[in-house]
Amino acid sequence: MRDILAPLILAALCLPQPATAEIGKDRATELEHMVIQDCGSCHGLTMRGGLGSPLTPAALDGADPDALASIILDGVPDTAMPPWRPLLTEEEALWIAIYLLNREQD
Amino acid sequence: MKRFLAAAALALLPGFGFSETPCCATGDLGLIIERATGSLLVVDRSDRAAIGRVEGLGDLSHASMTYSPDERFAYVFGRDGGLTKVDMLTHEIVARTIQAGNSIGGAISDDGKLVAVSNYTPGGVKVFDADTLALVADIPAPGKTIGLADLPGRRFIWAVWDSGEAYLGDFSGAEPVITNLGHIGKNPFDAVVTDDAHTYLIGLFGEKGVTAIDLWDDTPKPTRFLNDYGKDKEDMPVYKMPHLQGWAFTEGQFVLPAVGQYDLLWVNRETLEQVATTPVHGQPVFIIAQPASPYVWVNFATPRNGVVQVVDSRTHQVVKTLEPGKAVLHMEFAPRGAEVWVSVRDENKIVIYDTRTFEKKAEIAAQAPSGIFFTARAHQPGL
Repeated sequence: MRDILAPLILAALCLPQPATAEIGKDRATELEHMVIQDCGSCHGLTMRGGLGSPLTPAALDGADPDALASIILDGVPDTAMPPWRPLLTEEEALWIAIYLLNREQD
Repeated sequence: MKRFLAAAALALLPGFGFSETPCCATGDLGLIIERATGSLLVVDRSDRAAIGRVEGLGDLSHASMTYSPDERFAYVFGRDGGLTKVDMLTHEIVARTIQAGNSIGGAISDDGKLVAVSNYTPGGVKVFDADTLALVADIPAPGKTIGLADLPGRRFIWAVWDSGEAYLGDFSGAEPVITNLGHIGKNPFDAVVTDDAHTYLIGLFGEKGVTAIDLWDDTPKPTRFLNDYGKDKEDMPVYKMPHLQGWAFTEGQFVLPAVGQYDLLWVNRETLEQVATTPVHGQPVFIIAQPASPYVWVNFATPRNGVVQVVDSRTHQVVKTLEPGKAVLHMEFAPRGAEVWVSVRDENKIVIYDTRTFEKKAEIAAQAPSGIFFTARAHQPGL
């Protein structure tokens, strides 16, 4: 029993601190819609990629939410990924990063 | 007498002679992509009504389609690599294949025998038998293929986003013949063949400019133009790539979307010199000529996508600004131009306008609609 529990506890301890972003419920609904519809234009409605990279939890592979948020805010130079800073706050970008990392894959 | 009897017997056999009441026709039907639900809404253009729905088409973000020459079947190209053949009369899927991991569009050969699909993952073009969807040819590419279009004589043309090259594929013989047309510029994002199949126009994202290839030339090669548009202004973020399938060709001009600017660029068709700029409401996405008129209609990238503008190609002035609703994604004209159908994604509806009075004629409910495709496209080269 102990043999089984030990790695589990270890795994739990190694998990990164869950990042949070405080966003109102209505805005969260809008952001989710934006991710699926507008981000989906390039990344696919199911986030499996298109002109843009795949953004499934598996593809993101536990990336740092803050790093993802900064890509969302400032874009990626020399690619088609635009900076969304004119349209999103830093909190909102972080919310989207966490949302992408924790989406249930369909 | 014997001959007369034989003819009479033949006439009695099913399938001979002429049917007195033909069952139905597809000439004023269309399909609307319902992107989030993976379904198609079947519409009757004359009745301005939805008449059915086809479900089970997978991820239809950025989906497009083309029609068989008899307008009976639609070939739908889905984002998830799905190629689906839909019967316009029965509203059923008659064939479907997942032919790649990720695809972006397709085309049908001028004789209606071959359907080609442009793929992102793995990059390349696959060609299928239009009857059975059996694979006929698999042409790999060094990256994501874009701007696939048909050319006369069972040929297709396409470009590659990653390598900046264009290719011509001739499928008229026993084996396909693929010709590299050379370097066209950095990151071509979409391309289109002009209505007379004279010029392949390629939009570039990675650098300023547009590339033209003269398809009537015996050895077609790329020519660059519009190299310096918007140089005096800083580029704005592009929240949606322009689509070039609707690039308008009117009054001896091409009208092109400026990438990173809120402008339309007018170019003389013969000289490729810029003749005018029209400031518009946002980053243009589709610029589509209203048939039988001097006008083009424009929609815009998010977040400025609640508006459609109408521009006169003679004066280059905006003559009308309409607000159909939140997130206008596409416009499709009745083939003779009397009406335009506009998809309003976030309001789950299609709005139909009279193009002379701008009066709203009808609305049709649709689930997160994007592309609208009338069967009349079956007879237009490049669509």
